[in-house]
Amino acid sequence: MTQPRLTPIRLHKAMERIWGTGPGWQRLAAVNHNVLGKRFIVAAFVFFAIGGLLSMVIRAQLATPNSAFIGPEVYNQVFTMHGTVMMFLFAIPMFEGLAIYLLPKLLGARDLAFPRLTAYGFWCYIFGGTILVGALVFGVAPASGWFMYTPLSSQPYSPGINADVWLLGVTFVEISAMLAAVEIIVTVLKMRAPGMSLDKMPIFAWYMLVTAGMMLIGFPPLILGSILLEMERAFGLPFFDPTRGGDPLLWQHLFWLFGHPEVYIIFLPAAGALSTIIPVFARTPLVGYRAVIVAIVAMAFLSFGLWVHHMFTVGIPHLALAFFSAASALVAIPTAVQIFAWIATIAHGKPRFDIPMLYVAGFFVVFVIGGLTGVMLAMVPFNQQAHDSYFVVAHLHYVLVGGFVFPMLAAAYYWLPHFSGRMPVYRLAVPAFWLILVGFNLTFFLMHLTGLMGMPRRIATYPSAWGWDWLNLLSSVGGFVLTIGFALVLMDIIAQFSYGRRFGRDPFEAGTLEWAMPTPAPSYNFAAIPRITTRADQLEPRVLGPQLAGGHGYLGFVRDDRMETLGVNAMTGEPDQVIILPRQSYLPLFSGLATGLVVLAMLFKLYWLAGLGLVGVIGLFLLWTPGVGLKSDSGALDIGMGAAVPPDAEVDNNLAWWAMLTWLAGDATLYASLLFGALFLVVVAPAWPPQAVLESGWLWTILPGAGLVLAAGGRHLAERSPVGSALHYGALIGSGLSHGLAIAGLVLLMGALPDPRAHAYGAISFAILFYGLVHCAIGALLAFYTVWRVKAGYVSARRRLDLRLGRAWSDYTALAGLVGLAMVTVLPWLSGGAG
Amino acid sequence: MLPLAGCNGALSTLDPAGPAAGSVASLWWIMLAGASVLFVLVMALLGLSYWRPQAITRFSTRQWLLGLGVGMPSVVLTALVFSALAHGETLLPRPEGPQPMRIEVTARQWQWEFAYPDIAGAQGSIDTLHLPAGAPVDLVITSADVIHGFWIPRLGGKIDAIPGHFNTIRLLADRPGTYRGSCAEFCGEGHTGMGFVVEAHAPQDLAQALGAGP
Repeated sequence: MTQPRLTPIRLHKAMERIWGTGPGWQRLAAVNHNVLGKRFIVAAFVFFAIGGLLSMVIRAQLATPNSAFIGPEVYNQVFTMHGTVMMFLFAIPMFEGLAIYLLPKLLGARDLAFPRLTAYGFWCYIFGGTILVGALVFGVAPASGWFMYTPLSSQPYSPGINADVWLLGVTFVEISAMLAAVEIIVTVLKMRAPGMSLDKMPIFAWYMLVTAGMMLIGFPPLILGSILLEMERAFGLPFFDPTRGGDPLLWQHLFWLFGHPEVYIIFLPAAGALSTIIPVFARTPLVGYRAVIVAIVAMAFLSFGLWVHHMFTVGIPHLALAFFSAASALVAIPTAVQIFAWIATIAHGKPRFDIPMLYVAGFFVVFVIGGLTGVMLAMVPFNQQAHDSYFVVAHLHYVLVGGFVFPMLAAAYYWLPHFSGRMPVYRLAVPAFWLILVGFNLTFFLMHLTGLMGMPRRIATYPSAWGWDWLNLLSSVGGFVLTIGFALVLMDIIAQFSYGRRFGRDPFEAGTLEWAMPTPAPSYNFAAIPRITTRADQLEPRVLGPQLAGGHGYLGFVRDDRMETLGVNAMTGEPDQVIILPRQSYLPLFSGLATGLVVLAMLFKLYWLAGLGLVGVIGLFLLWTPGVGLKSDSGALDIGMGAAVPPDAEVDNNLAWWAMLTWLAGDATLYASLLFGALFLVVVAPAWPPQAVLESGWLWTILPGAGLVLAAGGRHLAERSPVGSALHYGALIGSGLSHGLAIAGLVLLMGALPDPRAHAYGAISFAILFYGLVHCAIGALLAFYTVWRVKAGYVSARRRLDLRLGRAWSDYTALAGLVGLAMVTVLPWLSGGAG
Repeated sequence: MLPLAGCNGALSTLDPAGPAAGSVASLWWIMLAGASVLFVLVMALLGLSYWRPQAITRFSTRQWLLGLGVGMPSVVLTALVFSALAHGETLLPRPEGPQPMRIEVTARQWQWEFAYPDIAGAQGSIDTLHLPAGAPVDLVITSADVIHGFWIPRLGGKIDAIPGHFNTIRLLADRPGTYRGSCAEFCGEGHTGMGFVVEAHAPQDLAQALGAGP
């Protein structure tokens, strides 16, 4: 079957009709990565402005000693929100937005793997961010510092809803980060242009793959910590209360298990932008492509072994600190490899000056200083002096502004023409750069000295006696210079969109695929998908672009009004399936609103409403599914270039399968953090052993254990029996009922535990069982839902996705549940309590 | 030199008044010198890459990345990590040998409470810590509510006051005099004002200062 070839204009119109987002209210149904990437970026920029205004309030307050501008109760909210907004509402969503917009274009795909999840993630981000910023407007913003140390953030010392706003709002936003992580991993691994094996990927895709992997492992500890702290605050389960067997240090471990990788999660996408931009302006390929990949993977691994360097003063034995000190210093090596690879790239090429390169130079100056002070802080004795002082404030701004904001400004000037279709105006860009560079260094370089002079972080004002006055005044002046610089950048961007000169293809002579398309980009990216034969940063977009626009390549046609793109083998990049993406939908918006209702209901302690909202969320998510999958087997489909591959529904290793595996990896990390928490409390927390423990625990595990094993067995049987047979239905229903049996057993076991509010022993046992209970409930839901999918005709011997997904879930649930039951059984013995 | 002149101050870590703070200040000056050299080196290489690229392209990629990217930091960091650790070990309170005087510190929102169990009849004090000068003391620090940070910058590094935990820090003031301490860990609305005064007395005057007879 060959498709009639259309002219480029007709092909564009036919594609745009299917892929494009409708006008007016239909914008709310957008699922396209072009639209959502831009929305993420614009929203992140708005939050950056809000965070920036808060920093202006801080600098105004600290400009002079004995300031009476705002009191500590307002000041504490301001600095807490400055950190929270910049970290969670600006930095992460900003690079997510860039990745959402760019990744499919760099890889040669027409969209991301799960367009509706992108949209849902966007709504979670916007609603969560609105809750946080709204709290600031009403004067009930979080005020315990952005790392929310307990017990200050616990109920007795933060009685209002301020801390709940942080825990619930940030977790709401984290949903979008977790979804983005899954989506980026699956997209990079499965949705590349044919021929683009892993070693031909543009370097930015490597950076994003590693970043997303880190997000998948890095965010769960924080999500877990937030859930536990909210459970403590709302229901009195004392995970962090030292008087009842909890430990405030558990929060710090969970927070920094997230918080340190987070720094690299923010840095790596920015470094990816640098590794993309520098070779373009040096007019030569990146030096040491493979060495850089090794460096970023090494960085990812090391970054999970550093978290304790935020805790050098909590009283951990010195020799244990030695390990983390060495690891913290070690991370300088992969950083140095990248820095010198970039310098060598410039030397090997014929560099030309342009605005992005100005910011690249700024990056080198600022980030190298931040890296050097980082090595200083890795030294335990020095850290114990500098910790919690303005030295650390200076260091973290050098690292984050140097390692993220400067590269992102370079990226903005490099990729904005792709968004606008116009070139920068230049007149404002150069003075803006100098204001930012000088303002930044004036503000933060002096803070190193302010800190060494003894000024602690987070004090609302200071007396005139200690020699800090002139330092703070100059820092404040610098802060305002910096702000003027950012304001000029904003004006410059507006000028570019209004007056910039239009250009043809690939204005910077880059060699990556995103320039092989018209700009601003069409919703479908590529009218045809190219075959890649060289490394995908050495292409010729000016030649390739017109060919693709003319439909010369894979899938250069429209079939059955479906949104089709190609899926490939994760390693080799050879096509193995036609991916059929879901169309525009309001469901992500409604699901986001329902999720927001749950969050707000929990915030105001209306738990009946939260339960109602949760039912709504589940119901809405089930409504997503009729839009995907096929009701009949079609066999291999023509994809052009003389090739044919089956549709994704008929392939075992399709996107949803990869997403399930990825999700379970993140889920398992959360669970591992919970089990770590239990052991940590047993070993370290004060007020152990508990007075009462579970008696004859193993007897209670028989019923839930049997339910878990039967439920998984049922799913295995369902996968092996003929689809639609009585055995098949019986196995599915049996699995669902067995999940119910496990739930009943878990509830009985929870009832047999001593009061979880009395001691952290009971609380953590309760949490472990609750985790299993939630998974069983989802497993039961999936089993009965699969029955419906089979009846509705979505499942056949070839289309086995529903069976595979449910089996994987039940297997994981059984494994996690049995480990949990074992843990709950041995905890009384480990803790030395009675039993 | 202006920065040096500005380094004096009641809370300045760069104006040490005891061996612990003194050795950290030395470590700082050494690291500052080393960091300055490395910063100038990287900036010089960046400048060369633009204006004298042949100085860099003489080296192969492997030499460049392994030499400067891996080799140089490995040498510098190994030396630094080991010397800092050895140095950190010397600052630790050790269980063997003669034990110094012990002072119990309890932080709470928003004050510091000091007790002196080793001096018979000594009264506790609030927001003023009395020490013997010229002799080490072990401060055992805890908190009655939220986490606070115990910090006397001119005497040594800080240690957190954590409810349910007892952390020990060994400090020594070289000479009698008045020093200042502050709360380093954010602890709520009164964090700003949670400072304390440190009075280092000649050893013979300490008991009297604590109201425990002559």
